[in-house]
Amino acid sequence: MSVVRLSHVGKTYSNGTVALGGVSLDVRAGEFLSLVGPSGCGKSTVLRLIAGLGELSSGHIDWPGATGLDAAAGHGIGFVFQEPTLMPWASVFANVMLPLRLKGVARDQAAPRVAAALAQVGLDGFAGAYPRQLSGGMKMRVSIARALVTEPRLLLMDEPFAALDEITRFKLNNDLLELWREHRWTVVFVTHSVYESVYLSNRIVVMAAHPGRVVADLAIDAPYPRDEAFRTSTAYNGFCRTVSATLQQAMAA
Amino acid sequence: MIGTTRAPPEIEAAPAAATLGAGPLQIVMPIAIGLVILGVWEAAVRLYDVPVYILPGPLLILTTLVTDWSSLFQALLITLQVTVSAFLMAALGGGVLAIVFSRSRWIELSLYPYAVILQVTPIVAIAPLIIIWVKDTYVALLICAWIVAFFPVLSNATLGLSSTDHNLLNLFQLYGASRRQVLWYLRVPSAMPYFLGGLRIAGGLALIGAVVAEFVAGTGGTNTGLAYRILESGYRLQIPRMFAALLLISLTGILIFAALSLLSHLVLRNWHESAVRREN
Repeated sequence: MSVVRLSHVGKTYSNGTVALGGVSLDVRAGEFLSLVGPSGCGKSTVLRLIAGLGELSSGHIDWPGATGLDAAAGHGIGFVFQEPTLMPWASVFANVMLPLRLKGVARDQAAPRVAAALAQVGLDGFAGAYPRQLSGGMKMRVSIARALVTEPRLLLMDEPFAALDEITRFKLNNDLLELWREHRWTVVFVTHSVYESVYLSNRIVVMAAHPGRVVADLAIDAPYPRDEAFRTSTAYNGFCRTVSATLQQAMAA
Repeated sequence: MIGTTRAPPEIEAAPAAATLGAGPLQIVMPIAIGLVILGVWEAAVRLYDVPVYILPGPLLILTTLVTDWSSLFQALLITLQVTVSAFLMAALGGGVLAIVFSRSRWIELSLYPYAVILQVTPIVAIAPLIIIWVKDTYVALLICAWIVAFFPVLSNATLGLSSTDHNLLNLFQLYGASRRQVLWYLRVPSAMPYFLGGLRIAGGLALIGAVVAEFVAGTGGTNTGLAYRILESGYRLQIPRMFAALLLISLTGILIFAALSLLSHLVLRNWHESAVRREN
């Protein structure tokens, strides 16, 4: 079953740049889908359009499972940006509570849900801290907790770990997979790293630039749970080679 | 694994209350230098027998301050009242108008040039007109002080309200925030450092505006503030009294600045770079 379906979605910016030239994509329930491609291929644009940020220039986006109103209001969507995008003046608790506060949920009703989201990302005990007291990895955890607090069906992640060091990134990769297995959400994950996408996803969509388009749709049918053993396995290397080759072709074309 | 670990490994300790190595020196040194200068001043005045109506020594100024305290304090209260009222009106007016500007581009485009004109016209040049037009001297003084103090608040708050992080704006839009929620939960808090910076400038300017207006109003004023005391002492060659009034004006300015710096620190201490000590 599809969670969201993009049909010939095009996006042209007001300066004439064609970011997307007709992208069709069917995101299926429960899958971990990665969008991989060179910079400028419009992978972040796809994510933003799914989230309802910005207007489509052509095509349409359907939400088979939800009512249109639901999708438009951003219900059921969690978004994690490339930067943690936290409010520096607000505590970790207030940052994570923000989506609930904007929906008018009372504080005493929101508090247990915020605590649960913080526990999920391993940040219990940090509710009163301020963003500037946290390291880059912890800020990203707060950002993920904020995306989780509304219990979304669809989690959109725009290169969330790109700015982190490798050790932190691996740790967060593992934690993210764990959460995904527990909750069975649908994840659309944008990355420029072939290795990260193969490690995380069960499906990889390769995109090419000028204009942004889908060039390949690959299944990564290695079993979960995946761990450090998978990261060093020959199967993993094989998948990475295939995706890299596809990406090379896409960039040459 | 998630939820079982209390603390992830990538933790930095919250910055402890850092102790500045130069702590006591920071206070002792300026005081020491001040005392040395005052000592040299007092000695020079006595040694060279400088007449009191040219330059009084610091001790004489201090005794004048004590003997004339009741009239000087009366004057101080009036100046302070004008300054504080003008400052509060500027803070409120500047803040509210900045919010109106942020809501409506048209209002901003129509009114902003006039705010600039009001600012660039020297207050000394308009003060006589205001004093002629406005019957009540106190109100006239208030208007003058307000004109000078108003603009920095307005321009800083306007800048602050339009400097909101675009990613955060996207986030708010994504979660369906109303315009009101975006304003109060996002734009206003992120404009705070700018607004408080504007307030610190406005505090000093309100005092300057009040003093300048008192000078212009001169003897015509029935309410006599500190600036009027300075004028009056000048006419009567009571130079020690003039210095005493000047001292009170300076102290008032320092006090206003310190109070607003403290306010700024209290509001921003948890998050803004300006209020947080750098630790390397």
